Amino acid sequence: MNAPSPAIEVENLVAGYGNRRILHDVTLRVGSGEIMIIMGGSGSGKSTLLRNLLGLDRPSSGTIRLLGRDTGRLNAAERLELQRNIGVSFQGGALLSSLTVGENVALPLREHARLADETIGVMVRVKLEVVNLGGFEHMMPAQLSGGMVKRAALARALAMDPKLLFFDEPSAGLDPVVSSELDDLILKLRDALGMTVVVVTHELESAFKIADRITVLDHGKVLISGTVDDVRNADSERVQDLLHRRSRPVHLSADDYMRRLAGE
Amino acid sequence: MSYKVTTDSGYAIVHLSGDIDLSCSPEARKLILERLAAGKHTLVDLSGVTYIDSSGIASLVEGYQTARKKNLQFGLIAVSEAAMSVLELARLDKVFPIHASVADRVK
Repeated sequence: MNAPSPAIEVENLVAGYGNRRILHDVTLRVGSGEIMIIMGGSGSGKSTLLRNLLGLDRPSSGTIRLLGRDTGRLNAAERLELQRNIGVSFQGGALLSSLTVGENVALPLREHARLADETIGVMVRVKLEVVNLGGFEHMMPAQLSGGMVKRAALARALAMDPKLLFFDEPSAGLDPVVSSELDDLILKLRDALGMTVVVVTHELESAFKIADRITVLDHGKVLISGTVDDVRNADSERVQDLLHRRSRPVHLSADDYMRRLAGE
Repeated sequence: MSYKVTTDSGYAIVHLSGDIDLSCSPEARKLILERLAAGKHTLVDLSGVTYIDSSGIASLVEGYQTARKKNLQFGLIAVSEAAMSVLELARLDKVFPIHASVADRVK
């Protein structure tokens, strides 16, 4: 028998917006049960990669296989089935502001599963307990702090017990203690549920703490993909710039700069 | 998921095994709630559970809640490692009465 297929396989992905190409030939594999961190500076293409993985954007070329399914070749029913196994926690939370926290978390369950109301109620409360929001079920999103919104969004992403969890910038805008708690939670979820987790972040500390492997994107290309040690010890100057927060020199000829300012 | 129901020392024992997820947890829930509705003290054997998701966990919570309302005894026995890690994640390992075996529970 073949080895179990990886949770994510991206091959030669090319993607962008209009004529602007953002990702150039990205190839990436994430094993089942692995925590993969996707890092890179602003404009490196990490959000575009995430949007393509989630099916929010279509690639120009290349293939994406999630949980063994080629996402470019799914019919509507197959796509829905795949989506049931995928949880996403967006950077801004993306909670529905007119629903309570509990109703937000219950939403995917009411949409995708046939369960008794009592079961859904218990599941929602269990998820909120897991993310340390026990007792906040009846609050509205607007009443929550930034860290609480992230945790509520995570609870909703976990509602269906996904096999694959995407987490966009978990630490952005959070204090160090809350962000460290979220890191611990990601580790616990993987260990207890065997979930495959992809975290997009530019927080080094968090990346090194939770990653099994790290992929560093730069200018839409994979600069390096390896273990925490591989990345730490990488020879690449760009990787070291990112790790040591060094500003990068601007390479632009006087002519090019002039043309750009002149709008030519 | 596969299951069987046995009786031992005055308890109905619901043995669950395999993967308990959204597709079969309503069945597990029904099995447990039916024993309690019949007025039986109920234990759930999780020794053969390879995976349990939160819908399965919710069924156990509902079972315990129902048992308490009806003054019946309820507990988990021989919890597999896979099930225990999920119970711990939800901090339910401190909530459910958990025993190594039926004999251990009865003693």
